[in-house]
Amino acid sequence: MTPTPSGGPEPVLTVDGLTVSFRSRYGSVQAVDGISYELAPGEVLAVVGESGCGKSVTSMAVLGLLPPTAHTTGSIRFADGRGGTRELLGADERTLGSVRGKEIAMIFQEPMTSLNPVLTVGRQIAEVLRRHQGLNRAQARARAVELLGLVGIPAPDRRVDEYPHQLSGGMRQRVMIAIAVACDPRVLIADEPTTALDVTVQAGILDVLRNLREQLGTAIVLITHDLGVVADIADRVLVMYAGRAVEQGTVQEVFAEPRHPYTRGLLDAVLRPGTRPEGGRLREIPGVVPRLTDSPDVCTFAPRCDRADERCTALRPALDTAAHAAACWHPLAGAAAPAPSEATR
Amino acid sequence: MIPYLLRRAGQSLVTLVLVSVVVFLGVRALPGDPALAMAGETPDPQLVAAIRHQYGFDQSLPVQYWKFVSSAVTGNFGISSRTGMSVTHSILSAAPVTVELALLSLLLATLIGIGAGVAAAVRRGRPTEWLANAVALLGLSVPSFWLGMVLVLAFAVAIPLFAASGFVPISADPLDNLHRMALPALVLGSGMAAVVMRQTRSSMLESLSADYVRTARAKGLARRQVVYGHALRNSLITVTTVLGLQLGQLISGAVVTEQIFVLPGFGKLTLDAVTNRDYATIQGVVLCTATAYILVNLLVDVLYSAIDPRIRIGGAA
Amino acid sequence: MSTATATPAQQTAPAAAAARRPGRLRRLIASPLALTGLVIAAVLVAVALAAPLITPYDPTLPDFDHVLSPPSLSHWLGTDDLGRDQLARVFYGVRASMQVGVLAVVLAFLIGVPLGLVAGYYGRFADTVVSRLTDTMLAFPFLVLAVGLAAVLGPSLLNATIAIGVAQIPAVVRITRAETLRLRHLDYVAATIANGGGDGTVLFRRILPNAAPALIVQATVGIPGAILGEALLSFLGLGVQPPSPSLGVMLSSAQSFIAQAPWMAVFPGLVIVAATLAFNLLGDGLRDVLDPRGGTA
Repeated sequence: MTPTPSGGPEPVLTVDGLTVSFRSRYGSVQAVDGISYELAPGEVLAVVGESGCGKSVTSMAVLGLLPPTAHTTGSIRFADGRGGTRELLGADERTLGSVRGKEIAMIFQEPMTSLNPVLTVGRQIAEVLRRHQGLNRAQARARAVELLGLVGIPAPDRRVDEYPHQLSGGMRQRVMIAIAVACDPRVLIADEPTTALDVTVQAGILDVLRNLREQLGTAIVLITHDLGVVADIADRVLVMYAGRAVEQGTVQEVFAEPRHPYTRGLLDAVLRPGTRPEGGRLREIPGVVPRLTDSPDVCTFAPRCDRADERCTALRPALDTAAHAAACWHPLAGAAAPAPSEATR
Repeated sequence: MIPYLLRRAGQSLVTLVLVSVVVFLGVRALPGDPALAMAGETPDPQLVAAIRHQYGFDQSLPVQYWKFVSSAVTGNFGISSRTGMSVTHSILSAAPVTVELALLSLLLATLIGIGAGVAAAVRRGRPTEWLANAVALLGLSVPSFWLGMVLVLAFAVAIPLFAASGFVPISADPLDNLHRMALPALVLGSGMAAVVMRQTRSSMLESLSADYVRTARAKGLARRQVVYGHALRNSLITVTTVLGLQLGQLISGAVVTEQIFVLPGFGKLTLDAVTNRDYATIQGVVLCTATAYILVNLLVDVLYSAIDPRIRIGGAA
Repeated sequence: MSTATATPAQQTAPAAAAARRPGRLRRLIASPLALTGLVIAAVLVAVALAAPLITPYDPTLPDFDHVLSPPSLSHWLGTDDLGRDQLARVFYGVRASMQVGVLAVVLAFLIGVPLGLVAGYYGRFADTVVSRLTDTMLAFPFLVLAVGLAAVLGPSLLNATIAIGVAQIPAVVRITRAETLRLRHLDYVAATIANGGGDGTVLFRRILPNAAPALIVQATVGIPGAILGEALLSFLGLGVQPPSPSLGVMLSSAQSFIAQAPWMAVFPGLVIVAATLAFNLLGDGLRDVLDPRGGTA
């Protein structure tokens, strides 16, 4: 059922049929609806979609960081590469505590607020080393200086004793990366790591991520709405819309030949060098993302789609397991229509 | 940070001068002539004049103010017209009582308030939070003097666990001292504990939902470390401010508590002085409490900037 | 097919509309704690207004045949050391408490709000002067201030009210000043200034209405504070003078009979607790509803 990179090694992270709903004062809201993916060791998977499509919620679910109002079903399995596999969804705090920061680490969107303002950055890096690698104070500090150098912070032996407010946004994000990679995690989840930063700083952060993947073999789940970032660094793409996966494939496939009208819309909304949008203007996708209170058996994109017909509003299209596939009754390029939704549920 | 503290110190000095003017003028506005009061039932005009001269009441207000301030700076608050003794002496003998009472209540309020506030925030939506909130609300609503009476009724009259009145210096008998101070400290500390608890709870709720706490959890830190090492450490900054403000309010509370438990502290001194129109003592006592309040607030600001690196080390590097 | 063809957006829209944030009053009442506070406060206000109508006893007339009698059918809350009916005295005491509670807060607002507006809006010199003045006032512990005023003006209910009101001024100034500072930098206020709105328009049409939620919350905190203050001053003999009834006066005389006639201390105290608790509950509820920043905290 899960899209698999054909014939690859054992996936390090497997998300299978993940659903997340939130109880709120105004009823239940379906944030993630049946997301599945596999992440191979050393692979960079980009999860793409508009704000509120559930991409951040998906990644928070992996580390069990959702608030108690969240209700989850499905499965999230982590393979430690030493033959062991752990189920993370619904795992107790002990299990999660031994995975978080050690096996799977996370970088957040807001470097300004994600660091504790009253602790030195060195202390915040050392903390994770002392927790997972049992280093003493001096060892942890020495390693923190090393890590700051690794993520490209100049004069790391001085910066290590500084507080977050003394660093620029880009520097803080580098510190966040240093914390994340401190224990050599197998998986790094980067949630919009460059969104809050200047374009020039963005490039630097992406370089750091790319180096990590190459030098340490870290698999990365990159959550972003920036298709430029995707093209720059990712191997594969998963496109999400309103809590569901609508298309997946390699970067080349998806960018060259988008199959889902939504993916096409996303690509059309971005100016790309060498191409000139029709009519000389960037196209926007009409309408807004629906807020779902349940999981209707329809194509949720249909109200905004110019190709929609009766079938789209009557049956839910499934996402095929093929290498490049879209959950759509009327895909754009020559692929056959997927099977009816009964098969998927 | 240094310029900031200098500015704060300057502000405190201005406030202090204003306070001294207000105290001086306020005391002069009290009805009744102290010289007449001292001269007895059938005042002899010559005696009244002599008293006026002796205490300097016959001089102009600016001159009297200057004398008052210049001697106050050297720790001399004049002679009490009621006891004929040095005001400084009465203040020095009353101060330890009130200071001990204030510190004990502060300790109690800090321990109970921060502990309950953290528990309520961490156990949000569970009985613990509900209970802590209810007790705090009750603590805010119960008048301290009534609580004092009820506690005396319960723990000194019905079940005699504690002494209901009297003071024994801690140097004379530490155990007996605590035995007598326990109930007053509880009475005085309860309202403050409630305020501290509510502040701790609300800033802990804010800290716990902050991004950096999410980061700390994502690092795999133990829950204890996330709550105390990260969330509480940030919350303590605001809690410290509230504690400082409360310490100033303690002086008011001490007056009542001392009245109920018959403790010879500042409160009793103030009430006696006011009812006897004892100018010099009122001036001295009020000036001392106001100065203490201003100094405590200054101290809190210093402490505040010492624990918040954003103030201690200003600006981006 | 008709239901199945409904788009998700259409399905969710009516539900969302129905579940839209209900009115503030309704949300206030929806909280059981705030509702409890509101009900108790309403009952106490009713008692305060109707005190002369609902008690058969004169609260000040001694009855030496029934001195210190415990609660009974004829005297529900017992009698005091002069044989006066405690229930009647509690009713009139509530009247005094409410009077002080409301009037003191009104006084504090009449003086504090204009000062806060001026300090926050004009800044610079005005701000410095007002801030030093409030600091000076804050440096006097409430009781010292009240004791001083009672000594200067003489002890009475009115003077206690003035003392309590004056003591609350600094808090009102601070909150008004902070709100004004916050609001005057918001875009719509800046726009009013840029469009040539006079100071009066900006202060009274833009800033004051938007500062109202925080001020209302402050008022609900001020009322229980004033009630406690009156009880305290009267307890110390600096407020209402005997034989006039006041909850504080009642507790003061109860102190001498605490072992023989505990009911003298218990009931007036419980009423004070109920009154302050009611307004505190109401204040917490209002804060949740009115003040988004005080919010759920």
